[in-house]
Amino acid sequence: MSKLPAKAKCVVIGAGIVGNGMVYHLAKLGWTDIVQIDKGPLPNPGGSTGHASNFIFPVDHSKEMTAITAESMRQYKEFGTFTETGGIEVARTQERMQELARRITSGKSWGIDGGQILTPAEVKKLVPYIDETVIVGGYYQPTVGVVDSLRTGTIMREKAQEMGALQSFANIEVQDITVENGEVKAVVTDQGTIEAEYVVIATGCWSPKLAAMAGAHIPLTPAVHQMKDIGPVPFFKDTKGDIEWPIVRDMDVFMYERQHGTGLEIGSYAHRPILYTPEDLPSNATAALSPTEFAFTQADFDIQDEHAYELMPSIVGDENVREKYAINGILSYTPDGMPILGETPEVKNLWSVAAVWIKEGPGTAKSVAEWMVLGDSHIDLHASNIARFHEHHKEEKHIKSRVAESFNKTYGIVHPNEQYESNRKVRLSPYYDREAGLGAVFYETAGWERPFWYECNKDLVAKFGDKVMPRAAEWESRWWSPIINAEHLQMRETAGIVDLTAFAYFDITGPSALAVVQKAALRQMDVAIGRVVYTPVLGPNGGFKSDLTIMRLDTDHFRVVTGGAHGMADKKWFADLVPSDGSATINDITSDYTTLGVWGPNARAIVQAVTSEDMSHEAFKFSTCREIDIKGVKVLASRISYVGDLGWEFYVPMADGPALWDALWEAGKSHGLIPVGIGVYGTTGRLEKCYRAYGPELETEYTVVEAGMQTPKLKEADFVGKEAHVKHRAEKPVAMLCTLFVDDHTSSTGVKRYMMGNEPILTVDKKAITDAHGRRSYVTSAGSAPSLGKHILMSYLPTDLAVAGNKFIVEYLGEHYPCSVAEVGSTPVFDPSNERILG
Amino acid sequence: MILVLVDHDRGELDPLSLRALTAARKLGQDVEAVVIGKEAGALAGIVGEYGAKVLHVASHANITDYTPMASGRALKDLVEKLKPAAVLAAGTPRGNEQLAHLAAFLDLPMAAECSEITLGSPHHVLRARWAGNLIESANVHADLLIATVLAFSTEPESANGGAATVAEFEPSLQPADYAVKVLSRDAGESKGGVTLTDAKVIVSGGRGVGGPDGFGQIEELAALLGGTVGCSRVVTSSGWRPHAEQVGQTGTKVAPDLYIAAGISGAMQHIAGMKNSKTIVVINTDPEAPILGYADYAIIGDLHQVIPALTSAIRQAKG
Amino acid sequence: MDVLVCLKRVPLAGGTLILTPDSRDIETKHLGFGISPHEENAVEAGVQLVEQMGGTLTLLTLGPSDAEEQLRSQLAIGATRAVLLETDGQEWDPQGTAGALVDAINAEETKFDLIIFGAESADSAGYQIHIRVAHALNRPIITNVKSMKVENGVAVCDRVVATGREHYEVALPAIITVRDGLNIPRYPSVPGRMQARKKPVDMKKAEARVPKLEKVNLALAPSKSKGAEILGKGVEGVDALVEVLKKIGTF
Repeated sequence: MSKLPAKAKCVVIGAGIVGNGMVYHLAKLGWTDIVQIDKGPLPNPGGSTGHASNFIFPVDHSKEMTAITAESMRQYKEFGTFTETGGIEVARTQERMQELARRITSGKSWGIDGGQILTPAEVKKLVPYIDETVIVGGYYQPTVGVVDSLRTGTIMREKAQEMGALQSFANIEVQDITVENGEVKAVVTDQGTIEAEYVVIATGCWSPKLAAMAGAHIPLTPAVHQMKDIGPVPFFKDTKGDIEWPIVRDMDVFMYERQHGTGLEIGSYAHRPILYTPEDLPSNATAALSPTEFAFTQADFDIQDEHAYELMPSIVGDENVREKYAINGILSYTPDGMPILGETPEVKNLWSVAAVWIKEGPGTAKSVAEWMVLGDSHIDLHASNIARFHEHHKEEKHIKSRVAESFNKTYGIVHPNEQYESNRKVRLSPYYDREAGLGAVFYETAGWERPFWYECNKDLVAKFGDKVMPRAAEWESRWWSPIINAEHLQMRETAGIVDLTAFAYFDITGPSALAVVQKAALRQMDVAIGRVVYTPVLGPNGGFKSDLTIMRLDTDHFRVVTGGAHGMADKKWFADLVPSDGSATINDITSDYTTLGVWGPNARAIVQAVTSEDMSHEAFKFSTCREIDIKGVKVLASRISYVGDLGWEFYVPMADGPALWDALWEAGKSHGLIPVGIGVYGTTGRLEKCYRAYGPELETEYTVVEAGMQTPKLKEADFVGKEAHVKHRAEKPVAMLCTLFVDDHTSSTGVKRYMMGNEPILTVDKKAITDAHGRRSYVTSAGSAPSLGKHILMSYLPTDLAVAGNKFIVEYLGEHYPCSVAEVGSTPVFDPSNERILG
Repeated sequence: MILVLVDHDRGELDPLSLRALTAARKLGQDVEAVVIGKEAGALAGIVGEYGAKVLHVASHANITDYTPMASGRALKDLVEKLKPAAVLAAGTPRGNEQLAHLAAFLDLPMAAECSEITLGSPHHVLRARWAGNLIESANVHADLLIATVLAFSTEPESANGGAATVAEFEPSLQPADYAVKVLSRDAGESKGGVTLTDAKVIVSGGRGVGGPDGFGQIEELAALLGGTVGCSRVVTSSGWRPHAEQVGQTGTKVAPDLYIAAGISGAMQHIAGMKNSKTIVVINTDPEAPILGYADYAIIGDLHQVIPALTSAIRQAKG
Repeated sequence: MDVLVCLKRVPLAGGTLILTPDSRDIETKHLGFGISPHEENAVEAGVQLVEQMGGTLTLLTLGPSDAEEQLRSQLAIGATRAVLLETDGQEWDPQGTAGALVDAINAEETKFDLIIFGAESADSAGYQIHIRVAHALNRPIITNVKSMKVENGVAVCDRVVATGREHYEVALPAIITVRDGLNIPRYPSVPGRMQARKKPVDMKKAEARVPKLEKVNLALAPSKSKGAEILGKGVEGVDALVEVLKKIGTF
């Protein structure tokens, strides 16, 4: 073996499916001088790739995951390492049948077709060795398959070597990753030091340990997935090759069974969460099997044995079919279930490609390689962005408690609004006790407890009657309350106070501050002091990276206000634009500041009652901000609205929050002020106004023009994505974001059903709609518009179909509902001329 | 005085006993030896050469072949008469078994497979555990030390002594002592020629040989070098070769002059059985196989090509 | 026929061993547990005898309460019941262990026709417990058995030695220790596992005795690991190897 080079452009640490994918795609994108190292031997260095069960179900409720998986399958097929077997998810309960219908629906939204619901007898036809009496049905996906991940990794590594771009070294232990001035400098190993411009951590469950060497964080935990291989199975004695029979997922007991040669592999996500830390993993030398294959703990599998026996008694119940092999395999789990991708916020040019499973490996590698080489990936990776984590997310306690809670949801039925129970109350707003006293039902965002609605408003439900659009079906009334819609209607009549403490705020100051925000923002930032600008933030390809609000507080002082969930990624985005010469600095004040909003027809009267400042429309114009005094508290007031009514956001230091609340609350008593939750702020108020949100509507794959958000005039100053944006402005958009109304909610059983988002929009003859860029039309956001008595759906539609009045079908849980386009583009369906805001 | 049980098979000396005698001499006391079975009296010469002044010969009408409990009884009688400071034997299945009977008769502790012995109060030993991967430091709380000497831990050294004085005695056997004994023998699985423990050369095959047929070339090479065939556990578990050929912790422990491991990756339990070999040669396709850590020489390559080439090269060299 | 098999929970080490910080034990946090290889053959032999001749197979172990895991696994391949003599997890010396086993066997209502041990434990390798038990119970013992059959109350056994096979016979009741190769131990089936969960495991506290073979500590044996000299790739290495063989005097 030749000696380690002293220098490289890029060191990729790890030779599992991810590391091999990274070297291949970096080489393919033109990088040369890549060095790959692994502490284990090749081709199986002993990580999770080596013991993976290797099957791929292409459908996930997450668009991002499904896209990555589809790209991975494409590559596995290209390398000839994919065997299509078909797969069946079986249901033992009616609740699961509904979930399977939802999965088919998600598949259609993301462009994965072919899913069909089967009766137990039809399942039995495909898998003769099941007992069909224990199931109520199944979901058959013919495109499910099995891959050879080790072989694929080897092929990718060898291709990178053939390109002359790669040198790979086995049995190299990384001892340190050195950093200089916040930039990665070198990888120190037991065989020498390699100076590198870029370092990629592709070390799966060891990633946290390697990141820590550089002072960065990759918050994941190694967790056990139990697997048992039994055989030889007489029924499989004539099978050829590794796999012939469909993979079966026994969803309600969180298990899978797959034929493997003459054996049957039984895997489980049903056992108790068994979590480790990377330090717990043995070295290749001390491991009994491999460092990620721990001894099987039968006691944790006892119930699973019985469940497998129930489903496949003729095989599992055969006394002569014996355990051949059983392991507690180690996989990477993250606190929110998504991968951890991208440049670490702590160290420049240090990249994480972690918590990536076999089904996502090659696609993730391609996307991250694009991000590294081209500045952005074709597939939107915002939910996997490593920069998403707040500080408390990186703590062991958070990682462990969330993974312990979510482990058994691997095959669970997870409601889109489902809240975590563990590690809550991490961040409390100054109003928390007051809100709790009002019966707030708290949801969590970025660790903050946010009132989603207030039980104290429940009398309003009776007041508004059917206008609250009550929901009869359990699924869409779970994690929902008609009180949300009642709060909405009351706010539109009088006023509501909204706790917005979960915002993230950061100040950009210094002589270059203007240049920094100009570079980030689509809109003109060279505005008068005191102006508030709502602006998209674009990526290099002209797609969305965020949308947020920037206040110009002084010539050289801008304050960025953005949503809590995406706040840390935004901070990194801006920080990356700050020049290194010290002419601008970025300062995160998220934990120091709190925000209250007051909106509604009576908002002005309430605010005017507590301040001597002139709050009239003329004196305090829309989209402006200034410091005012409220009962002795200095408050930064900003006249903007995300809910469609007149009002202000008030920013104060945390300590002043209670006094501000009390002043507004007291003054509001005579003006019908009610507490209003995020259910209104984030959904109903927003949707009536057709306001787009980052994530659902605004993402990398759509342009400003398609979102209907282009400014009449393009600013002169340069900004990220300008070139692409200029091109988009010149072209006819391929799709347009539309607002649709559901025309009839009645299901086949006569129950009114309400879509929740992510459902496919179909033509009236129930065909999926794909635009010229291959993008499916699906519901980006859905929710009540109580003021209109309508249920709103937002969806991108191909431009020729995006015509007001055009009729479509929305598929929801396997049934079809008519809907029609109410508005094309961003014109609000409620108060289109914004009279209420500008009043 | 140190009493050493010298083991033999129907009069034929177990060479490991000479190592036990050498180890006993190093304790700085007089050494006497004991053999069980009249036919072993002829070993007085070699036992004397290795330092035993006296060779006690247990002779009894019911000791006609290996009779382990009777050995224990004979040793007990002798210990009670001679009051030695220690009783030692070679750390072989037989040595361990016979001394365990002695220890059980006397209800005294026994330390098996010792690589170092220090007499005292308590006695102190270093003994091998975990297939020789661990060394236990232990105290033995008893006046009489009963211990076996780890095979291959001591090189046999002649003391150039004259023949030992033979002292025959009849142990006080009870019927239960000879209830278990060798009734008959056959050559069984062994091919009659060189046995694994005696072989100067062992050519061993592992999983990489691929199946029973692949052992033909291994046999040919072994025969050419005047050696015998060994194998790893997976080979016998798969039924490719008889269990008698298994080298390792659960098979036979060997220490030949030359050990050639072909297609054996080197599980801990296999290493335990062969690591004392003088020269170890590995033929393996995987340059990272653990067995390379124990090898003196290696060829990285497919044994199916290397071994036939090696066989013909040796033929040529031999002329 | 009533058979008793004695077994021991041992770590399943596959790689380099590491010691605990006090050097008293091997570090097991990365390791699973099983029983010694020869003991798997012992259980298999017991299962086969009971399958052929009827009767019961009882398992007996001395160890920590976690040893129930190993007992359940062996119950899953066909043993009838098990007895666990629970220690505080400390290792006992051979005399103490044998004494506790003897007391437990004497306390059993069943008078076992055959007691089977594995030839040696994977971890401590003391080579004596079975013999001490035989002496205490006044039973004949045959060790290192590689083939066995029981007919008309007599166990007919072979022991493999360097020169071939030795034949033994012993009338039951007796004690036999068996070696790897005696049989091919079966692995549990899922139904076996399910039945094993319901089989009785008697847990009894065992009182520690003062060890006469007293472990002070453990050390790792110096690894030979000299780093092989690579003579070449494939057949290219053959000539160099022939030279080596000449040099060391093989021919």
